[in-house]
Amino acid sequence: MNQNNNQIIRFEEITKVYHLGKDIDIPVLRGVSCEIKKGEHVAIMGPSGSGKTTMLNIIGCLDKISSGKYFFEGKDISSFDDDALSEIRSKKIGFIFQSYNLIPQLTVLENIEMPLFYQQVDEAKTREKAIKLAHMVGLEDRIKHRPSELSGGQQQRVAIARALMNDPVLILADEPTGNLDSVSGKEIMNLLCGLNEKGTTLIVVTHDANIAKYAGRVLKMLDGRIANEN
Amino acid sequence: MKINLIHLIRIVRHGWKNIWLHKLRSFLTVLGIVFGVASVIAMLAIGEGASYEARKMIESLGSNNIIIRSVKLPSDAKTQQASTLGVYGLTDRDFRKLETIPSVVKIIPAWEMEEDVWCYGKTISARIIGTLPEYKDVMNLSIKTGRYFDEVELQKSEPVAIIGSTVRTSLFPVEDPIGKTIKIKSSYFKVIGIAGEKVFAGASESFMAEDANIAVYIPLTTTRLFFGEYEVKRGPGGVSSWERNWVQYHRFILQVAETDKILTTASLISDVLSQTHKKQDYQIIVPLELLRQAEKTKRIFNIVLGSIAAISLIVGGIGIMNIMLAIVTERTREIGIRRAVGAKKRDIINQFLTESVILSASGGIIGVLLGILIPRIVTKFAGMMTLITPWSVLLSFTISVAVGITFGIYPARKAADLDPIQALRYE
Repeated sequence: MNQNNNQIIRFEEITKVYHLGKDIDIPVLRGVSCEIKKGEHVAIMGPSGSGKTTMLNIIGCLDKISSGKYFFEGKDISSFDDDALSEIRSKKIGFIFQSYNLIPQLTVLENIEMPLFYQQVDEAKTREKAIKLAHMVGLEDRIKHRPSELSGGQQQRVAIARALMNDPVLILADEPTGNLDSVSGKEIMNLLCGLNEKGTTLIVVTHDANIAKYAGRVLKMLDGRIANEN
Repeated sequence: MKINLIHLIRIVRHGWKNIWLHKLRSFLTVLGIVFGVASVIAMLAIGEGASYEARKMIESLGSNNIIIRSVKLPSDAKTQQASTLGVYGLTDRDFRKLETIPSVVKIIPAWEMEEDVWCYGKTISARIIGTLPEYKDVMNLSIKTGRYFDEVELQKSEPVAIIGSTVRTSLFPVEDPIGKTIKIKSSYFKVIGIAGEKVFAGASESFMAEDANIAVYIPLTTTRLFFGEYEVKRGPGGVSSWERNWVQYHRFILQVAETDKILTTASLISDVLSQTHKKQDYQIIVPLELLRQAEKTKRIFNIVLGSIAAISLIVGGIGIMNIMLAIVTERTREIGIRRAVGAKKRDIINQFLTESVILSASGGIIGVLLGILIPRIVTKFAGMMTLITPWSVLLSFTISVAVGITFGIYPARKAADLDPIQALRYE
């Protein structure tokens, strides 16, 4: 029980098969079991096609599993429906993507505010919090800009601010530095590690060994399985 | 999921922002709805106006009345020489026979002629109508100033006249005409009253109603005394082409006791008259029937209009659906992002449905404004009466919103059903 409380994620023999057409099934995860504890910083590494992004999507409740069991904060969410999974994403998880994924027609501030829009949080409170987060990522003077007017590093910082908007227990980053130069990449990683030190669980997918070095634990994936754990 | 009002307002504001971002595209998208709504309101206003005029005109004939008019048959004009005397129309004999129909309460006969009316060198061509005092009540004539002639004046064949308002303004632009004398042919009449204005814009030429504005009402006995029972029509070719006809009465107005009996009475009248008239040199007008016909015509008109409007609104709706589908594709990635940060399918549906409703509703508003403007322009330049009914505005606007919902639901569903992962990868 105590152990369960400490766990944020537990995978039990999870498989994921993509159906392409009638008879073409592509197994992406072939029985993954693992545990991630609260406050951990885990890097998932592996070559292209090893299933690391799929694993991240499943952890982030964006994708459904084909078989096995997925416990999130001790609850079996394997059979949750779309609304329930959306609810978890909305309340518990922050996403950071390689290509930032900001909405181009919205301003920096509006992008940061978005997660709370779906929680129907009061507008003034939302704004206040978004401004605070913009400060935190050092973009307080850019809040009226559009994403296209920012550099890559700045855009990724906006994405981090957005991911923090709902006070997530878990931050999932898919190649967060993949599109950035080494200096900006370092800034971003420092920012993420700072969050991790404050207690937020951080899972980073990368194939850059330098980025993986920041993590407390590295899961190496190969052909849909965890090949190596250290 | 509950949607509170504040959240709804935020959704609408967000939707409006997105639409405003592509002003031209949005404007072109709603054009179909704009024209659909505008045409519904405008066409209904014109139709309403026309039928209102027709109804008023028919009502002015009195719905409990049956009117019989003498009609000069065209064959008469061909066979007779211009100089010879023609005979047609309603006679004293008809009058006596029709009086015996039990459901007929009263018959008011009228004799008419077109003649110039003179006063101090001024002149106007007017319709001289010789009739009984009751004519005023039966035809709902209003007397603006002075009075109508009475039974005594009828008995004594007094030379008194009531003039229409147009006659008044041409002959007496400033002075009070009451007590003044006007001249018709070689006889002099004293003006004792002015008939109130009856407005039949555009429809005054109709066979059904007379234009009270250019009429001069005189006791029937007086016209008999002064003008006899002949009518003289000036032809185009001078004195030789003048046409003389002997006509006892131009018109009978029959008052019927009950509205229910109007139609049976009308057929009875037809029977009675056909016994004595070899040719049908009369016409029976039943205002009630005309009223029903007018209503039927209006119904058909409305159905045709409704179909045209429905088609244009459907076309407009398809236009909106088309653009919404394009917008969903264009913003696939945005949908993925929104799903990733916690938007439920419902939220995505709300977002896109709101946008399509905003599009169609703003199209509806522009259409309503245009639809109110067009009838005004028509009234101003074509002189037609138009009548914008509130329900037509309400109905067409409601339909425009309904179109937005109907044609927005499919694109919105499509957006919500996108796989978030695929959507996030979409380039």
